[in-house]
Amino acid sequence: MSQLVDFFIGRLSPEYIPTEPITLAAAIGLPIIALVVVGFITYTKRWKWLWQNWLTSVDAKKIGTMYMIVAVLMMLRGVSDALMMRLQTAVAVNGASGPFTSDTFQQVFTAHGTIMIFFVAMGLLFGLVNWILPLILGARDMAFPVMNSISLWLFVAGMMLINMSLVYGGFSNGGWLGYPPLTELEYNPGPGVDYWIWSLQIAGIGSLLSGINFFTTIIKQRAPGMTLWKMPIFSWSVLVTSVLIMLAFPILTVTLALLGLDRTLGMHFFTSDTGGNPMLYINLIWAWGHPEVYILVLPAFGVFSEVVATYSKKMLFGYRTMVWALVAIMFLSFIVWQHHFFTMGAGANVNAFFGIMTMVIAIPTGVKIFNWLFTMYRGRITFSAPMMWFMAFVVTFTIGGVSGVLMAVPALDFQVHNSMFLVAHFHNVIIGGVIFGFFAGITHWFPKIFGYKLHDTLGIWSAVLWQVGFIVAFIPLYILGLMGAVRRLDSYSDPTWQPLFITSAVGVLIICTGIAVLLLQLGYSFLKRKELKDTTGDPWDGRTLEWSVPSPAPHYNFAVIPTANHRDEWWYRKQHKLTKTPKSTFKDVWLPRSSGTGIIVGVLAGLAGFSIIWHLWWLLAICFISVIITVIRRTLNDDSEFQVSATELFHEVGKGR
Amino acid sequence: MKHSVARSLEKYDKAEFGFWLYLLTDIILFASLFATYMILRGNTASGESAAALFDPKYALLETVLLLTSSFTCGIAGLALRFKHKRMALGLLVTTLLLGLAFISLELNEFATLINEGQSWRTSAFLSGFFTLVGTHGLHIIIGLIWGAVMLAYIIKTGVTSDSLRKFTLFSLFWHFLDLVWIFIFTIVYLGASL
Ligand SMILES: [Cu+2]
Repeated sequence: MSQLVDFFIGRLSPEYIPTEPITLAAAIGLPIIALVVVGFITYTKRWKWLWQNWLTSVDAKKIGTMYMIVAVLMMLRGVSDALMMRLQTAVAVNGASGPFTSDTFQQVFTAHGTIMIFFVAMGLLFGLVNWILPLILGARDMAFPVMNSISLWLFVAGMMLINMSLVYGGFSNGGWLGYPPLTELEYNPGPGVDYWIWSLQIAGIGSLLSGINFFTTIIKQRAPGMTLWKMPIFSWSVLVTSVLIMLAFPILTVTLALLGLDRTLGMHFFTSDTGGNPMLYINLIWAWGHPEVYILVLPAFGVFSEVVATYSKKMLFGYRTMVWALVAIMFLSFIVWQHHFFTMGAGANVNAFFGIMTMVIAIPTGVKIFNWLFTMYRGRITFSAPMMWFMAFVVTFTIGGVSGVLMAVPALDFQVHNSMFLVAHFHNVIIGGVIFGFFAGITHWFPKIFGYKLHDTLGIWSAVLWQVGFIVAFIPLYILGLMGAVRRLDSYSDPTWQPLFITSAVGVLIICTGIAVLLLQLGYSFLKRKELKDTTGDPWDGRTLEWSVPSPAPHYNFAVIPTANHRDEWWYRKQHKLTKTPKSTFKDVWLPRSSGTGIIVGVLAGLAGFSIIWHLWWLLAICFISVIITVIRRTLNDDSEFQVSATELFHEVGKGR
Repeated sequence: MKHSVARSLEKYDKAEFGFWLYLLTDIILFASLFATYMILRGNTASGESAAALFDPKYALLETVLLLTSSFTCGIAGLALRFKHKRMALGLLVTTLLLGLAFISLELNEFATLINEGQSWRTSAFLSGFFTLVGTHGLHIIIGLIWGAVMLAYIIKTGVTSDSLRKFTLFSLFWHFLDLVWIFIFTIVYLGASL
């Protein structure tokens, strides 16, 4: 009898209900928030609307918006983790206890890194690419709209799973990359690490599918006439990023799976006994991890290329060198992973090779920075919010790049390895590069998606607060790192460190006000959406094809697929007064139908992850079979599109203008 | 409203391109597993080594089965192209039966090893072996399910351009698995005695 019960409940047990006040509060709070949201939707009778217009939508722009919503929510979660960490280190000196226990602190820094990279940065990236890629290519949609929706829902399933660990079972305490042997069963028997593994695995497969989707879209769906060398740089950056995704994410899949096999089936890949090799894990995860950094930052570079050219009213300087720089970074990013662990002891020659390769990456990156600056040179620059984000980026990213080149010297790295210096470095490049880049992109393309502009002054204020907060928060960490403070430290004994830690905490608070202003900007612009309405479809005097359609962009993107003969096609047309589309060019259009496949696969994947974590093998089997049936039904369905006739389109366009 | 032919051609063109990309990612996946296996191959935790455990002749039999199935799969595609429905179905059934025989042999090998106390828990080397070969086996099982669905689809809709293109993707997948197996055969089984 008890065996039967065990079969059905796996290792679910009341012992995993949180008891610590902070986690308990979160555990109670999160379900309440969820209930309130569900209650609100039910009360306002929005379920059908939500299901038809959003959850089953395969329109890339809507999928992008859903990614964005998740990413922004997760950013609030990740930032509160950061605040908790700096509060702890501001207080916990010389035996004084901070607000958090060591165990909670470990969960907090793991949660911060995991959520910020996988669910914030990746979410903003996929959100932005979905918003803009088809539009900027002159295409109607992604190459595989339903697969796009599957990617989204796998991402959401991973996000739900990782947040569920907060409510029941505890977060992993293994750091954002979950190094074994600490994350092996022997030292970490609870479900936290399993939550971490399977939520990243599910989200990661979603990312892999996105990579395939983006690449196919760029190769197959460009507007007629748009050769690769006439593509806007943003699409080049996405092209390179999707190659990186396709080459790197399978390695992550394998790495996480092997760790999962160790923990679930008792294998010995990375255990410290029976022949296991933990350093193998560290090599594998960084063979994914370093390219991942470029997966995040290259699209941000793409955004800046569009933004700087637009707001300087000049053609991008050095288009070809920009492309070659992207391609060079793509190759180099695969032969530098070992710089994350020079201390492994691979020997002087190996370390020298990886050190030099790492320094070499600074060259194409520097080329890009100078190209942007030369684009601005003698341009008619408008200093609106996206440009402010760009300027913040130049300062912050360059500091981060320089400290990165410093750490590429193995001898120096031995001193600062795993110290606060490293923490400061990667925040410099990730916040400065990725986050500022995506904020610039969101501000720039917001009117194209929603039909109204974001309030500019508030955006500028947010950028200033972020920039100031960033400097105050992270410069002290560089100093602390040089003084010997290691990362992930929950208490220390040297009182001279305290002022620096307190300064850093103040910096985080300033960043928080920056985020508050950012949210205020969203809210205020929504309230003032009538005044901020974009009536022209081209509010910034844009250069590329997305600005040739009305705002918000119609669900079919282009009533007539444009022909592109120039890099800045829309700019060229405006210069030569070729902006009107004659009626004779309208044709019937095929559009993909909404599909529940994505959300169904997402729910099943989430359930499957849950059942592996809790050893519910019967549920896993059910999920597995259901996924197979769903996929088979989908692939055999040949009637997945509907038609909009040319006359309908023509009238709709007439109304919009 | 009927779908236009050009539209469906364009869709299949994209699907095939995307499928090639998927195969590329699968190659990276297997490459990572191969690398892991080769690094851990010597870590037998003072247990039996590859040379003592694996029988290249048994694996050769598996290889012959899978290679033959790849061949019949290719011929089935040709038959489909020339609209020989019966022949195509017969060859597809043969392909699936050969695949089934292959996977049975593999599972039998796994069972024998485990009964001898050589399971994936025994050493890092065996963890690597079971995972690498098992992942390939899992792909074969998915291929078998896919093949069965193809069979039902062709029986139902007949030889159409749709079924031909769907079959092309399946056959790509099946040949790809054959290719991966050649590497497994060479590195794991032939390499065992080196
Ligand atoms: Cu790196």
